[in-house]
Amino acid sequence: MSFDGIPVYKEKTYKKSGELSGAVAKKHDFIVVGSGPIGLAAALAMARKGHEVIIVTAFDFVPAGSKGICYSKEALDIFDQLGVGERIVDKGVIWNVGKVFWGESTDPVYQFDMLPVKDQKNPGFVNIQQYYVEDYLVDALEQMDNVDIRWGHKVSGIDARDDGATLTITTRDGDYLLETDYVIACDGSKSTVRDLMGLDFEGRIFEDSFLIADVMFKQNRPSERWFWFDPPFNKGRTALLHKQPDDIWRLDFQLGWEVDREQAIKPENVAPFIKGLLGADIEYEEDWMSIYTFQCRRMAKFVHGRVIFAGDAAHQVSPFGARGANSGLPDIQNLAWKLDMILRGQAPQSLLESYNQERTQGADENILNSTRSTDFITPKSEVSTVFRDAVLELAGEHDFARPLVNSGRLSAPTPYHVSALSTADEDEFTQGPKPGHVCVDAPIVLDGKDTWLLDSLGDGFTVLHFGDYPPQPNIKTLILPAKGLASERYGAGTSYLVRPDKIVAARWTEAKPRDIENAYMRAIGKQELTS
Amino acid sequence: MTTQQTLITSPNLPHHDDVYEVLINAHAGLSDQQSSQLNAKLILVLANHIGCKDILSEAIALAAAKA
Ligand SMILES: Cc1cc2nc3c(=O)[nH]c(=O)nc-3n(C[C@H](O)[C@H](O)[C@H](O)COP(=O)(O)OP(=O)(O)OC[C@H]3O[C@@H](n4cnc5c(N)ncnc54)[C@H](O)[C@@H]3O)c2cc1C
Repeated sequence: MSFDGIPVYKEKTYKKSGELSGAVAKKHDFIVVGSGPIGLAAALAMARKGHEVIIVTAFDFVPAGSKGICYSKEALDIFDQLGVGERIVDKGVIWNVGKVFWGESTDPVYQFDMLPVKDQKNPGFVNIQQYYVEDYLVDALEQMDNVDIRWGHKVSGIDARDDGATLTITTRDGDYLLETDYVIACDGSKSTVRDLMGLDFEGRIFEDSFLIADVMFKQNRPSERWFWFDPPFNKGRTALLHKQPDDIWRLDFQLGWEVDREQAIKPENVAPFIKGLLGADIEYEEDWMSIYTFQCRRMAKFVHGRVIFAGDAAHQVSPFGARGANSGLPDIQNLAWKLDMILRGQAPQSLLESYNQERTQGADENILNSTRSTDFITPKSEVSTVFRDAVLELAGEHDFARPLVNSGRLSAPTPYHVSALSTADEDEFTQGPKPGHVCVDAPIVLDGKDTWLLDSLGDGFTVLHFGDYPPQPNIKTLILPAKGLASERYGAGTSYLVRPDKIVAARWTEAKPRDIENAYMRAIGKQELTS
Repeated sequence: MTTQQTLITSPNLPHHDDVYEVLINAHAGLSDQQSSQLNAKLILVLANHIGCKDILSEAIALAAAKA
């Protein structure tokens, strides 16, 4: 089944809005626009903090089709905090190893491990169809009574003001208005909200197309990411193979710019690629065939007064490196606690500017990485091809060339090198996450039970202390022993002020309560206390 | 690799004529395509040996400058 060319995974029920039946319209704290992974995550994060949540979404279904499949450790950690992580990992295919092949050879020229630091709760990556992720998020939202998902309610107008916004919502029963203090716009790369506000979305278009064949077959292959440069079954171009749940595999073939999309996805034209990669006698069933092209771009600013953009609406990358949804989820992780504190009057509205400052940095790093990968994978000039092939040739024989092989730098957390919320180190550290970096996980024992450091941090600010003499600020403190893996990763005797998004705000080798309280004030966008 | 943080632009190569000869000889009998492959590999090997982004950036800028 499909709708406007978009295949449907699960139908959802459109309901006529109360506003159209004469209910008194009230002003809402915020409205989430879009039910992709990012809008759903935003809704769930805010709902779990106790807010009344309305999602308006153009779709009245969870879409199927071929979109995101690779979810990073960082994304899984965020899903854990949203209460859906374990379900995703259980359903998904875990992988940590990627292999890169060149030409006819069946020996990889290069191989990498996505989880260099072991003993963390979540694996480097999990592959799972995006529709499962969306479905699990919807399930979690449907179990909450403070959530109203308005399927088939499309934003068609916005009046954005300094103190809020009025959204015009179009439904099959007519239009109505929603008054709100804030808008969280997660309406995807073709964002209506962005267009209605006349905002920019600048970047680079890549003139190349890729065939995605999601196919079902049974074969015992390792769950690893396999990437080919110039394979015999796609001469001069590239191919990628990934395992998904349900015996579905993703095959991805570079096609070049000039393709007839309709022809290219016909079974008889897809078959030679699939058989070339998997062997002539492979028996498979087609799941979904599509062609994609891509762009690397972002909005200049993610916050426009009371309208906040997140996910593909704010930034878009090439799929090499799986940095799409994986970078939209940290947007929400970053935004949710800030908006929560603002709505509760615990932090100034200006704290939102730090969302812009931090997440545009994240987007830049993701765009940089995915642009570089794309230039390596699809060289744009003769000499660029010569260098690419030189790297591949050297990599087969020589260690030193292997790190240069770029088949996609897979999504990793993007640190906030510059942040108004961070307090710079004054003490000397030889290990541990720096201010602006995400906390590293480790197995710990708490109240006699085995658990994980990240799971134990909770939803608010936490002081994390390793040793017997914790500082005593007015902030929840998690005390861990000075011995053990966690302490080795952070440093015995140290204290870290950790934000609700598990980013380090500040750290000390001998923390004083006053310093911690100052760092906390800075991290919530308030003036520091005078000393 | 090296601790020198800026590009050396004064003469620094003993046996320069030998080195130049080895370089030209390496290209003997190669097509333009093969030569450009050899050069690319050579640059990558040397870049790794130099091991410093700043020096390499300076070297690239110097080479790219129009006379
Ligand atoms: C081939 C391919 C492979 C990919 N692989 C990966 C991967 O491995 N890992 C990864 O992390 N990412 C991957 N991505 C990217 C990932 O799919 C996207 O980044 C992700 O879907 C973005 O989520 P989103 O919620 O921002 O937007 P979308 O998923 O695009 O959702 C947009 C939502 O907005 C709603 N909407 C639109 N207009 C309106 C309106 N006017 N009013 C109300 N609602 C509206 C829609 O109904 C929809 O619910 C891949 C993408 C492609 C195409």
